[in-house]
Amino acid sequence: MTEIRSDEEALEEQRLERQTSEGAQELQPRPRAQEVVITGGGMWPEADPLDDTMIINMGPQHPSTHGVLRLMMELDSEEVMRIKPVIGYLHTGMEKTAEELTYVQGATNVTRMDYAAPLSNELVFSMAVERLLDLDVPPRATWMRMMLVELIRMSSHLLFQATNGMDIGAVSMMLYGWREREEVLRYLEYITGLRMNHNFIRPGGVAADLPDGWQERALELCETVERGAAEYDALLSDNPIWRERTIGIGLITTDECLERSITGPILRSTGFAWDLRKAQPYLAYDDVEFDVMYGANGDVFDRYRLRLSEIFESIKIVRQCVEKMPAGDYRLQDKKLTPPPRARIDESMEALIHHFKLFTEGFKVPAGETYVAIESPRGEIGCYLVSDGTSKPVRLHIRGPSFYNLQSIEPMGTGSLVADAVAIVSSIDPIMGEVDR
Amino acid sequence: MADDDANAREDVHEGELAEDAVEIPDDEVAAAIVEKFPGSRFHRSHGQPVVYVDRAVFADVATFLRDEQQFTMCVDVTATDHLLDGVRHAPPGVATERYEVIANYLSHVRNRRVRVICQVSAREPSVPSLTPVYPGANFAEREVFDFFGIDFTGHPELTRILMPDDWDGHPLRKDYPSARVPVTFKGDPQPR
Repeated sequence: MTEIRSDEEALEEQRLERQTSEGAQELQPRPRAQEVVITGGGMWPEADPLDDTMIINMGPQHPSTHGVLRLMMELDSEEVMRIKPVIGYLHTGMEKTAEELTYVQGATNVTRMDYAAPLSNELVFSMAVERLLDLDVPPRATWMRMMLVELIRMSSHLLFQATNGMDIGAVSMMLYGWREREEVLRYLEYITGLRMNHNFIRPGGVAADLPDGWQERALELCETVERGAAEYDALLSDNPIWRERTIGIGLITTDECLERSITGPILRSTGFAWDLRKAQPYLAYDDVEFDVMYGANGDVFDRYRLRLSEIFESIKIVRQCVEKMPAGDYRLQDKKLTPPPRARIDESMEALIHHFKLFTEGFKVPAGETYVAIESPRGEIGCYLVSDGTSKPVRLHIRGPSFYNLQSIEPMGTGSLVADAVAIVSSIDPIMGEVDR
Repeated sequence: MADDDANAREDVHEGELAEDAVEIPDDEVAAAIVEKFPGSRFHRSHGQPVVYVDRAVFADVATFLRDEQQFTMCVDVTATDHLLDGVRHAPPGVATERYEVIANYLSHVRNRRVRVICQVSAREPSVPSLTPVYPGANFAEREVFDFFGIDFTGHPELTRILMPDDWDGHPLRKDYPSARVPVTFKGDPQPR
């Protein structure tokens, strides 16, 4: 005797079984849709208990997950039926930490979020603080910031080229990508003193002026990167294996991107030319010439090509920065906001006091709230900052583009092959430090 | 107009002093929201249009923005806990509560932004979810739930996203001190 139940009851039971405190466990094996074909001879059992779909966990520690992303996939042989990102493995409470740091210290904290493009984080934080203070930074600082974030965009996209190549199987690409990125980092070290986590863009301007001979080195760097990027193009773009692995894989449409809050190269790869640098210009992007790159099909190949082209656009902007860099101050000369020069501290009591006050207490920011958004290499990075009139923020929230972009895994990955899932994750270019913060 | 006055009086009655006159929206989208949802307050915050709405209509405002104002993207959803504020920033006419839930919208078509904020009380921390309107708010609302314990009614799977599933408390609340949980090391013989 079999129990007769309505379909609804059965469905409800299934739903309750699935419901656990961990949303991540929702994926349950389910029988394959098509019937088992019995090949004759009675060799195969009629109902094979193993003939279910398989749940597989990729990550959190897997070379192709760019850190500690965990993907839960339900597989029907090689086909991905469902895919779900599970995040939080790199959560270190940076937004909580930010509430205990002064605005002077804040940049040190935010720079560690998107560790592949630290200067973008510093910039958006500094711009938010300056917006609350209603300040404008001197033109030289603006141009320096623009040059630095374009350099970091180059570095981030070179990193993408390296890891994307490795994920798809072009392992030599990894070495080439790192090679050019190293040059960019070396140049950033020369300017900021650090290869990563620079803490160079600060509220009120930048930390130091450009060193002597920065123009020649910048132009040399541009040439090196240009040569490298052209090499990648020659190596990959017409490579039949590469094209086979990337064209038509991980498709996403503009509408899917918009409704899922997906920004940056993924949105542009669908043919929607939206770039905050052009659409809502900040810094001095009005005064430089560059093009917004966009794709047509929204597949992995388009995203690879788009980032490659953006490297060339960034080179263009850096060259214009070298040419047009205005003279003047690299930061605001406001004693309450920026520290005095080191030499002044030995001579002037007042400078010493200002220096001491600034690094112990920080400066006070009037009560208010603001949201500032800029275009980071991964998309719209935003900073929502709330102040209550003290020297520490009430709330600092960073809208990490990778965090939202991860929501594109679902439409892109469903129905793809396992091997393509790796290519898809790679083409999103998530930085887990920014996702988990 | 009568409605507006009544609301203003009500707010005063609820303990919030409306010292200055209520701001007149100089932004067309904000004006449309204020007109459509009476009781909303406009505020220009450092050049950006902000509308403070009632939390009951939080999702309705999103639907209105998406369907009638061509707002194509909900860029960000986040929250703030104002428990320990020194100076509380709020425009006149807004009855402040402990939490604020903030949604940033962007219209690619019209190239403009608007920020919608609603007040959420500590007694009943819940807001209508934006996820049915803008699926992109999914992760962000889970994050707010995780960190502030604010419930988004209508969210398809409101679970913790960044903290472990068995975590106790909501870390970004102001009454949750940092370093409440001691640092533990694997193999450490003595709990500290």
